[in-house]
Amino acid sequence: MPIASALAEAGPSLDLISDVRQLTAFPFMVNALEAGTIVAVMAGVVGWFMVLRRQTFAGHTLSVMAFPGATGALLVGLSAAAGYFVFSGFAALVIGAAARSETRGSRSQESAVTGTVQAFGLACGFLFLSLYQGVLANYESLLFGSFLGITRGQVLVLAIVAALTLCLLAIGGRPLLFASLDEGVARAHGVPTRALALAFLLLLGLAVAETAQITGVLLVFALLVAPPATAQLITPRIGLSLLLSVIIGVLITWVGLALAYFYDYPVGFYITTSALVVYVVARVARAALERPTLLRREVGREVPVARAEA
Amino acid sequence: MFAHEFFRNAFLAGSVIALACGLVGYFVVLRAQVFAGDALSHVAFTGALAAAAAGIDTRIGLFAATVAIALVLGGIGERAGGDDVTIGIIFAWVLGLGVLCLALFSTGSGGGNGLLGARELFGSIFGLSAADARLAALVAVAVIVCVLAIARPLLFASVDPSVAAARGVPVRALGLAFLALLGVTAAEATQAVGALLLLGLLAAPAGAAHRLTADPYRALALSAVLALLAMWLGLAISYAVPSLPPSTAVIAVAAAIYVLAYLLTATRPTRTPSDSAPAGSGLGRRPDPAHAVGRELD
Repeated sequence: MPIASALAEAGPSLDLISDVRQLTAFPFMVNALEAGTIVAVMAGVVGWFMVLRRQTFAGHTLSVMAFPGATGALLVGLSAAAGYFVFSGFAALVIGAAARSETRGSRSQESAVTGTVQAFGLACGFLFLSLYQGVLANYESLLFGSFLGITRGQVLVLAIVAALTLCLLAIGGRPLLFASLDEGVARAHGVPTRALALAFLLLLGLAVAETAQITGVLLVFALLVAPPATAQLITPRIGLSLLLSVIIGVLITWVGLALAYFYDYPVGFYITTSALVVYVVARVARAALERPTLLRREVGREVPVARAEA
Repeated sequence: MFAHEFFRNAFLAGSVIALACGLVGYFVVLRAQVFAGDALSHVAFTGALAAAAAGIDTRIGLFAATVAIALVLGGIGERAGGDDVTIGIIFAWVLGLGVLCLALFSTGSGGGNGLLGARELFGSIFGLSAADARLAALVAVAVIVCVLAIARPLLFASVDPSVAAARGVPVRALGLAFLALLGVTAAEATQAVGALLLLGLLAAPAGAAHRLTADPYRALALSAVLALLAMWLGLAISYAVPSLPPSTAVIAVAAAIYVLAYLLTATRPTRTPSDSAPAGSGLGRRPDPAHAVGRELD
């Protein structure tokens, strides 16, 4: 995807103001920046809970459901959005139901169920694709997004979904946090942990399904995992960590979009690479700070200590 | 069915790959590393694309990339297991790298649809040549031999890492070796039969076997048998119904096997060996004393 460098008058001048002016000179770029910011904020918050609950694999599986969703909708003649929601909702229900029927502690079954659901979803996608005799035109943009063809209407829809998601999380955030940090105690206090787990997966499915249509499966996943993981490495304080997650996500998106605008390679590569760089820097910094406690870690190794959550 | 050469090739490669996936999958599920397997199958895609963009043999790119990333995942993850956040971030980056390679590849090969070219790198199971099938079978047999050779210590190290380490089992080295083995399986299976089949054959039969029996060796054998069954049934169904792609049929059978196992065992609590491990997968779960006591009384 050679994006816009033909349109960019020159490379970046390293003068921030003129660079920003150049970036926002075209409406498509303004739309992309707005959509990217909305997605980054939503992914930063939803992903924060996802990383805390160690459900990265479930998140990836839900985002992959975009493929059978899109091909299935094409086959039946529905809108792609309807297909996305049906498949990711269905997958969320199956994963949630499988996780809840397990006695606790068997991560292995959860991972097996998630893997099976993902493989089956993809298999359905291939079946739909082979049944559909025509050509799926936007096969590539399905995976990697069509960030630069976003319309005003899409930005509006994104904003509404993001606002809805954030509202729901604001309402259910406290009990969800409690349930994520210490499920047993939360349940003893009367928090409906199973219902919350299922509700969160559905919410994750909704957020991912909406976002994946515009940014592609790849980008939404990068934004869901890396910023929250980095934020949780940096600080154990919950509010600060959430805020950091959002800020990192937005910054990564802006940098990625700007780089893709000025240089000739895909947005996805720049965003995922800056996400990785930020995470690695945080991790190395943390390891360097923790070095004095090496002795304690050596002693503590024999006892399986629960890792301090966030 | 067997009169057709394409079917004989698919049958040979499919059977051996299914056996390898079943055996490897048992440990993958036990160690809760299905996500790592999934990530490695996508790494194979990037590796092949990178090799294509650089103009070297795609097979070298495939194997080099998957084994290297498998070692990286094991190296930075906790207990050489690769925790899901690390996998997620590296996974996303590798996919990003794949997009870059795709862009390079499609501009490098004189235009044309890059993704179409990329899809040709990955054979369908009914499109295997006799030489491909033989090679796939050889690699899969090597994987099977390796898994069986390290099965006993690996089982110990997976079920109870701290006790195994105390007894002198090289837990970390085993974890790395297993991930490398998973990488080889992913590279071979992705190239011969597709990433989709790999994921389904890793997760579903092994998950079913874990549900059906708590005895580790019986479960290991059952997992391999179920994977083989899914492959044979799937191939036969796909042969009978031409509009059904073979990978879809195999995955559908595998998923049905899992659902069946789930229904059979839904009424009684599952007892996988990992239940007794303090932090089974190294994912930071605290042991639940009440649960452990309850299991002692069972």
